[in-house]
Amino acid sequence: MSGEQLLIVLSTAIAAATPLVFAVLGETLSERAGVINLSAEGTIMFCAMAGFAVALASGSVVVGFVIAALIGALAALVVGFCAITLRQSQIAVGFVLALLLSDLASFLGVPIVRVPGPTVPPLPLPLLSDVPLLGPLLFRKDALVYLSYIAIALTWLYLYRTRPGLTLRAIGEQPNAAFARGADVVRLRYLYVILGGALMGIAGAAFSLDFKAGWSHRHTGGYGWIALAIVIFGGWNPLRAALGAYLFGILQSLASVAQDQFQNVPTQVLTVAPFVLMIVLLVLTSAGWLDRLASYFPPATRRRLLQMLRTSPPAALGKPFEQD
Amino acid sequence: MAATSQPSHAAAPSAAVLPLSLVYRVGALVAALAFVGLLILVVGESPLSVLGALISGAFGTADQLGRVVNTLTVLLLCAAGLVFTFNAGLYNLGIEGQITVGAIATTLVLRLLGEALPAPLVIASGIGFGLLGGMGWGLLAGVLKVYGRVSEIFAGLGLNFVAQGLAIYLIFGPWKRPGVASTSGTEPFPESLWLGTFGRTEATPVGVVLALAALALTIVVMRRTYFGLRLRAVGLNLRAAHVLGIPATRQLLAAFALCGALAGVGGALQVVGNFHRLIPTISGGLGFLGLLVVMLVNFNPWFVLPVALFFSALNVGSLQLPLVLRNVDSTLSGVIQGTLVLSALIGRGLDQRRSRA
Amino acid sequence: MDVELIHIHKHFGEVHANDDVCVRFRSGTIHGLLGENGAGKSTLVKILSGYITHDSGDIALDGKLVSIQTPTDAIRHGIGMLHQDPLDFPSLTVLENFMAGGGGLWLHRREARRRLCEIASSLNFSLDPDAHVSELTVGERQQLEIVRLLALGVQVLILDEPTTGISAVQKEQLFAALRQLAADGRTIIFVSHKLEDVEALCDEVTVMRQGRVVGSAAIPCSPAQLVEMMFGKPLAPPIKPPTAREEIALELREALIRTNTFDLHVPHLAVRCGEVLGLAGLEGSGQQEFLAACSGLIPLRHGSLRLNGREMAHRPYHSFMRAGVCYLPADRLRDGLIGGLTIREHVALRAPTRSFFLDEPLNARLTMEAIRVFNIRGQPNTRVERLSGGNQQRTQLALMPNPLSVICMEHPTRGLDIESALWIWQLLIARCQQGTAILFASSDLDEITAYSDRVLVFSGGRVSEPLDAHRLTADVLGHMIGGKF
Repeated sequence: MSGEQLLIVLSTAIAAATPLVFAVLGETLSERAGVINLSAEGTIMFCAMAGFAVALASGSVVVGFVIAALIGALAALVVGFCAITLRQSQIAVGFVLALLLSDLASFLGVPIVRVPGPTVPPLPLPLLSDVPLLGPLLFRKDALVYLSYIAIALTWLYLYRTRPGLTLRAIGEQPNAAFARGADVVRLRYLYVILGGALMGIAGAAFSLDFKAGWSHRHTGGYGWIALAIVIFGGWNPLRAALGAYLFGILQSLASVAQDQFQNVPTQVLTVAPFVLMIVLLVLTSAGWLDRLASYFPPATRRRLLQMLRTSPPAALGKPFEQD
Repeated sequence: MAATSQPSHAAAPSAAVLPLSLVYRVGALVAALAFVGLLILVVGESPLSVLGALISGAFGTADQLGRVVNTLTVLLLCAAGLVFTFNAGLYNLGIEGQITVGAIATTLVLRLLGEALPAPLVIASGIGFGLLGGMGWGLLAGVLKVYGRVSEIFAGLGLNFVAQGLAIYLIFGPWKRPGVASTSGTEPFPESLWLGTFGRTEATPVGVVLALAALALTIVVMRRTYFGLRLRAVGLNLRAAHVLGIPATRQLLAAFALCGALAGVGGALQVVGNFHRLIPTISGGLGFLGLLVVMLVNFNPWFVLPVALFFSALNVGSLQLPLVLRNVDSTLSGVIQGTLVLSALIGRGLDQRRSRA
Repeated sequence: MDVELIHIHKHFGEVHANDDVCVRFRSGTIHGLLGENGAGKSTLVKILSGYITHDSGDIALDGKLVSIQTPTDAIRHGIGMLHQDPLDFPSLTVLENFMAGGGGLWLHRREARRRLCEIASSLNFSLDPDAHVSELTVGERQQLEIVRLLALGVQVLILDEPTTGISAVQKEQLFAALRQLAADGRTIIFVSHKLEDVEALCDEVTVMRQGRVVGSAAIPCSPAQLVEMMFGKPLAPPIKPPTAREEIALELREALIRTNTFDLHVPHLAVRCGEVLGLAGLEGSGQQEFLAACSGLIPLRHGSLRLNGREMAHRPYHSFMRAGVCYLPADRLRDGLIGGLTIREHVALRAPTRSFFLDEPLNARLTMEAIRVFNIRGQPNTRVERLSGGNQQRTQLALMPNPLSVICMEHPTRGLDIESALWIWQLLIARCQQGTAILFASSDLDEITAYSDRVLVFSGGRVSEPLDAHRLTADVLGHMIGGKF
């Protein structure tokens, strides 16, 4: 593969990963607070449809994104209400919403199937886009992509450098201890679930208004489930989760390059391959196997290896908070 | 005085509790229907004409009825299997993959033995291998859960992708149709390898028998055997079940294997009874639909049949919708099913919250 | 700051956990709060620190009445509490734990690190700010909590049983730090059941029993006086007939049992068939793990465990069950019974049959028999979570296989009325007469002395030699539970 080709692959990967970045950041926030929002598949799909429809009707991409974020927040509110207030299974409600919203998107989206519509315009950044290598790779994109860079940085900063971020980690870890230190666990959980849902809504609109412009039946099929997997792969850390999203983007963009290289491998196989590979990676990095793998290394390396690779979910993930 | 007032005190709460629970159930149903009705109005149709189209689409002709029955058989098999996993406290979201692998295994057998053996034998071994394939895929999720500590939810979803990828690879690779590969699937099998049907409809008696047998088996096992009782015990309280001496790991794996096996038979029926070939979307979402069915009936096997019948009729009936009514997409069935389950969940939650307070 | 609790009342359902409690804690002193398990001391300090709200009564700080509804209120008034299990975040670092809570947007790590190290070193604690809390010992986690509370400006520091599960060196460090804090004018409230620690550390002591304050004294005072106040009355006399036989049912040698916080070492213990061995001590001193290890639920770290002469260490739990061991947990609905299943379904789960189909006539017969023999107030189709505590315990007992060689039991009669308790012990003694050995943990010392042949005392990560129950006195037992072997 030539250098130029590599650049194209990576550049495409960034574009392909951008919607996912928003989705994994949203899910990371939600799960850090202790609530699994399993509805990602449906939320992203529905918001893709709704965002596109609104942008089409209003002629404004920005309005499309705002509405998509609001709808994502609303879907997350339903998950939050069932999980936090009603203490029902987060898995059950998330799963049902995932199916319901996917179908609802198709049902309501009939009039706009394959209708051309507005997209996010490209916006090469002055000066930065002229930097050799990095310029074309990172800075000849559109505003949404730049926004995703900022979102990654902000989420990381928020989680690890601010006091509310520390409290967020605390309520997903030991809600009782966080309550003892003055955190209003219920309200904060609602807040982050809703915020996470809004980010997922943006992710949906990012598909239909940017990366996969337009709307068709099951337009974003599979991306929600993969986003959930990437959050685990990323160990609930926004940087690593974003890295996972980019890795998935690279797999996808490699798959499209491979189409030219290996004419005899059918396209459909290559389209599914990134999903399969990502899942295999996830299983390989999950705790049980990793411990066994690490046991083959000398003790000194073992500890560092585990620290680097192993991640454990927030201790209170999926559990309702009951103040005693 | 005290003696006379006591019984009425004791009776009062139970008399008051029952109807209130019922109010929440009915309220949930009404809310769901109202929501769906509103949606139909939004796209510019009348709910009544949609209802008419749905009914005629599902039961209008013998052909359509046959399709409802075929959908029902696969859905029943999946739902029956899921009763085991749900009662063991597991969310087997990998069921779609289990159907797919079952279908792949069946296709493999039909391709290998199609010419060599008498047709009924080929079909029987095809269904048998479908069962084994699904069971293996289910056990894989179970092993990942029990020994690899990967949540069964994500192990299952991941294995769905893998199964889907495998099916697509086979359809577009080794098993592609002579000439050009396409999403319409592999070359159809000769009619000798099709399951017999009721008259000219597509409904297959073998499928109906298998599905009803699976459901009966599920009810008997869950209600009448020590195995079913132990499974419920593990699902309700893993720790106490262990203390009481129940081999929890074995029970969990058995639940995965059983569910996978039934889903695998469902996949086999899709091949030998419905599509007569392997297609990329061979599961048709019936595994996920099975999850909805079992959630709606609150894991109780007795109510699986009526709900599954209703959901199958919706699935088949809605296929007609876009032909009859311009603005209504066939995904309305999924919307109705999802809305019903969601509102049932919320209704149940509100009811529990009320009795907690 | 002077703290005054005035006529505090607190009910938990039927239980009067704090009954008209009045105490005064003076600034610059270390005040011990002494009492048995369940005496109401934890409830009292949780009320003061805002974790529990009281039903009635007043709290006064330096003579002014204040309202404390939440832990945050308490901190604002300068009251902080160190819990027995520190309420912290194991997955976060020491520094992050130190910073968690409080207002403001940015985390000022450098400033916080400086503060943390400053306070820690002033108390001679050595804490690595970058270590993860999950890697720390309980003692270090306590030090971190103390440092954190002091950084919040706490003037009144409450410690709930802080010396359970920490090393001797850490205890010395802790005591030195507490003395220093008191000398600086802070009020230290030291909740403990250990006479030894109270004598070594405190200036004053208040003793509670059954929710009431029974007396106060300045230290030093005679230990006998404190023991008398704690236990109130002479211990119940042994009432169990001799049932022990010659054969040995359970034997431990050089056994090492790991608990959450320490390793418990049992050099040698032989329990004879028909014998009852009582396990006394503060909850969380290792009795639970000891019983779990004896019934095969957790493996021995090392050493030998013989059942009826057969080596069982490292054998799985079901081998123990087959060898005739039965474990009855304290938290019946969490560990022992399955909420959602009925009495009959529980009986069926334990039914001695290998058939595939439920033998309903057999189960119905066994269930009716169990309900009749064990006098369970419930129907065969009653779900166990709807039974009262006593009837749940009767159900647990009804589920015990017969015969058994060893029964390991936590709190056999906790939460039961006297009649049920007597009845349950009659039944257990009948089992002993058949040759079953019983090991039971209880926080009720009367129960221990009344029904045991011999007693093991658990304290501070150690187990005593077995003591003859007939020669036990409240004084001896009180001192041993307090850690003086």
